[in-house]
Amino acid sequence: MAVLEIEGDTALVSPVRKRRRAGGLFLAAVAWIVLIGLAAALAGVLPIQSPTDLDMLARREPPSAEHWLGTDQLGRDMLARLIYGARISLTVGLLAPVIGVSVGGCLGMLAGYFRGRFETLTVGGVDVLLAFPPLVFALAVTAYLGQSVLNITLVIGVLGIPAFTRVARAVTLSLSEREFVTAARALGATHARILLRELLPNVALPLLAFFLLGVAVSIVVEGALSFLGLGVPPPAPSWGSMIGEGRESLDIAPWLAFLPALFMFLSVLAFNIVGDTLRALTDPRPGTL
Amino acid sequence: MTAPLLSIEGVSVDLPTPRGPLRAVDNVDLSLAPGRTLGVVGESGCGKTMLSRAILQLLPKRARLSGRVMFAGRDLASLPAEALRRLRGPELAVVFQDPMTSLNPVLTVGTQIIETLQAHLGMDAAAAAARGAELLAAVGIPAPAQRLRQYPHQLSGGMRQRVAIAIALSCEPKLLIADEPTTALDVTVQAQILDLLAREQQRRHMAMILITHDLGVVAGRTDEVAVMYAGRIVERAPTLKLFARMRMPYTEALLAAIPKLDSPPHTPLPAIAGRPPDPTRPLAGCSFAPRCRYADGRCRAAKPPLADPERAGTLYACWHPLGVSEAASA
Repeated sequence: MAVLEIEGDTALVSPVRKRRRAGGLFLAAVAWIVLIGLAAALAGVLPIQSPTDLDMLARREPPSAEHWLGTDQLGRDMLARLIYGARISLTVGLLAPVIGVSVGGCLGMLAGYFRGRFETLTVGGVDVLLAFPPLVFALAVTAYLGQSVLNITLVIGVLGIPAFTRVARAVTLSLSEREFVTAARALGATHARILLRELLPNVALPLLAFFLLGVAVSIVVEGALSFLGLGVPPPAPSWGSMIGEGRESLDIAPWLAFLPALFMFLSVLAFNIVGDTLRALTDPRPGTL
Repeated sequence: MTAPLLSIEGVSVDLPTPRGPLRAVDNVDLSLAPGRTLGVVGESGCGKTMLSRAILQLLPKRARLSGRVMFAGRDLASLPAEALRRLRGPELAVVFQDPMTSLNPVLTVGTQIIETLQAHLGMDAAAAAARGAELLAAVGIPAPAQRLRQYPHQLSGGMRQRVAIAIALSCEPKLLIADEPTTALDVTVQAQILDLLAREQQRRHMAMILITHDLGVVAGRTDEVAVMYAGRIVERAPTLKLFARMRMPYTEALLAAIPKLDSPPHTPLPAIAGRPPDPTRPLAGCSFAPRCRYADGRCRAAKPPLADPERAGTLYACWHPLGVSEAASA
């Protein structure tokens, strides 16, 4: 009996404690995103060193007063490279899901609302895109169109379309069956009005949460592509390429790989936490049953 | 006699199912004059809602509609989509069963009313907001200006249904279809909502179709009642006549199934035994015959037509109507 009571107690207490802890985590995540975002946006005016100036006499130096986070294998300031790297990671990380959410969201909503042949074609197309090996796609695009931030963003964005399409379609499908859509039709609403005013506000919330998860995934994918040498061409720093370059000196200067890895880890974690929290906040909407 | 606002002639609705086509509405004729109310009564699955959707042309895409739905001289079934869309709102409006789902959960009540007014009546935002508040006040919502800024989940079920009614009334429709407007509501709220509908119907002189499974609901609030069973209308009569002299055994059974306040405690409530026939397998005879205590061989062999053999304004589809001797009915 005692065991049962204890279990009952924890069951009663834990949700409260969990929520409070999630609140702190959520704030920390938002703070990290704001910090990184500001640093990246203001990189040009911040009193940091150039991310591309070489100093062959001070290679792989540990953190010091002059180089707060040390220097890399070519003597470039790590802090400056991390901040300029954040620019690329965040640009790609934010823009790629924008492509996904706008194209995928439109396709998914239209497919879920109009059904019929359009839905069959859309779902079929999305399945084809899902089945296509993403790395081959990225290789092909960068090989033919060249390595640039724009091309990387396009590749990752296009690869994200299927997931957004599926989420938007699934949500729209279930919402279209709801009576308020029939009610809007009964009041003479046009298709455009139903899609934009009735369905979009309902679809936007789950899509936004999914968008933030998409940001996290895009940052990782950009890092992976850069690590493989398919990313932004050197000497421009990106977290992924920094990890790739630091890999060569893991034994003598491990921070060269670990620092960008840590930045990426924290950023991805932060976007995931924010996305999850937003989803948890928007999912059990009262009165939607 | 004024020309009917709505007249339905031979309307049938077929739904494809894996077990073959399902005839949800079977050859229904109805007519409704402007400003009058018609009650449509029947148990779950008898085709009431499909009939209302057929009138509104809001049937599921797979459904096939046959027959004519004449509204103000136009056949709705053959009207182009755009003309039909313009009709909805200012001419035809509907109140649905469940106010939990018939309002958009992420838009404020005000947005939903005001946009309807702007779209149909071309009002500017301020005028529409003022009119929206008036409408909410008219349906008995206190502090309407504040309610306009609230979301549906902040309102109770009864309040939500009042909002849904306000939206339906916003464009002064000529015909309001109320599809079980009180089924999802608390009993104490039901009478209020029904009285509200009756009051607004009178005041605006609009025609109303009140769909319900409860004979008690239509008793005091309609001019005419149509009782539906298995997709067909089995009895249709002016309300007073129907309750004074019902002819169809099904109507009698429905009435008997309503609990009465004056019956002694522990009186068993008579239920209608059995269940409605499988609509994918039509019966040769009367579809109520398997559950009817008056049924005989003739009932099982031939479908009785909906007719008025007494010429008294009561139409019924029965070989053995109540209160009529065999000789008279034959």
